[in-house]
Amino acid sequence: MAEWSLFEVFVRSKHGLNHKHVGSVHAADAEMAMENARDLYTRRNEGVSIWVVPSNSITASASDEKEVLFDPSDDKVYRHASFYQLPDEVGHM
Amino acid sequence: MYAQLVETGAKHVQSKDEMSPEEREFQEKIDAETKIEPKNWMPEGYRKTLIRQISQHAHSEVVGMLPEGNWLTRAPTLKRKLQLAAKIQDEAGHGLYLYSAMETLGADRDEEIEKLHQGKAKYSSIFNYPTLNWADMGAVGWLVDGAAIINQVVLQRTSYGPYSRAMVRICKEESFHQRQGYQILLDMMREGTDEQKAMVQDAINRLWWPTLMMFGPTDDESPNSQQSMAWKIKRKSNDELRQMFIDQTVPQLELLGCTAPDPELKWNEETGHYDFGEIDWQEFYEVLKGNGPCNRERIKTRKDAIDGGAWVREAAAAYAQKQRAQAA
Repeated sequence: MAEWSLFEVFVRSKHGLNHKHVGSVHAADAEMAMENARDLYTRRNEGVSIWVVPSNSITASASDEKEVLFDPSDDKVYRHASFYQLPDEVGHM
Repeated sequence: MYAQLVETGAKHVQSKDEMSPEEREFQEKIDAETKIEPKNWMPEGYRKTLIRQISQHAHSEVVGMLPEGNWLTRAPTLKRKLQLAAKIQDEAGHGLYLYSAMETLGADRDEEIEKLHQGKAKYSSIFNYPTLNWADMGAVGWLVDGAAIINQVVLQRTSYGPYSRAMVRICKEESFHQRQGYQILLDMMREGTDEQKAMVQDAINRLWWPTLMMFGPTDDESPNSQQSMAWKIKRKSNDELRQMFIDQTVPQLELLGCTAPDPELKWNEETGHYDFGEIDWQEFYEVLKGNGPCNRERIKTRKDAIDGGAWVREAAAAYAQKQRAQAA
């Protein structure tokens, strides 16, 4: 298996939804990765479309960067609709 | 249980005071039911225990295909053959989900498989028993997959994220296995000849005790359980799981019109559980040591499959390389 690369698998479960990460497969090339992903992750109509992406092409955020990346949005309550209180007369908005 | 006697390396469970600040923070996350993810800091013992448990679990899925493969070409009808093939294919898939989860801990799949072939890694003791007649396919699906489900449903809440997510997928697929097995036995008991009914009872007689051994030694003989429970790798003890299995299975056994090979098995009004007889632990440890009826055959079959498939993997790699060269 060492000579094969790792691919991440994303499946669109039905039309109109996002592709979602479901796992990974080993394969010699992208075509084989696609076949393996089909056999491994969609044996029961789980999808209508598959993406396979070489794992080493993915850049992921590191867990120790969590504060740096995500804390800035913690104190910006005004970005949420629920922050804006309107009188009842306005009705649904 | 698909993982038995998983070594944790811990002599005793540390108290919070004995822990380093990192370990304490880690344990607090576990206590708060926060899932641990691959890039998070974790104690070496936790990582190693998980690699042992998940690889053992994966090996069990893969070796678990072999007793069933024995009946694939002998299934009584095309329908049964297709069902059995689908079940076996699921098990290959489950092995792959689990090897992937294991690799997120930095373990290498080839190395772990090599350990299996050298007899250094374990897999569930149950797969070292032979499948002698067609009713065994029913009994394996009903009893063995049934026992696996009891264990795996609980493991969906295990503390390591990738393992827990693999379990969720596996559980979704597993209930078909148990139902198809039970249906094989029901059909044989309701529509079969006397000889076929006798085959069902024979299969249950042989597989009953080895199935109960799947949950591992009794709690007072499981020195590693406490640490695994503290880390929430395990969520329920061996004895708890075994009792759940028995309580759930006996009514199904009665519905079949069969009996268990245990004269002490009976309902206990006081405890609200079934009492059962003593398990032959010596047999369990012998099988684990490699001396079960089929240990050598199973490992040989696995090795032959890997060795025999080497040229296919090499050809695929060479082809991929050629394609890349042409595209460049």
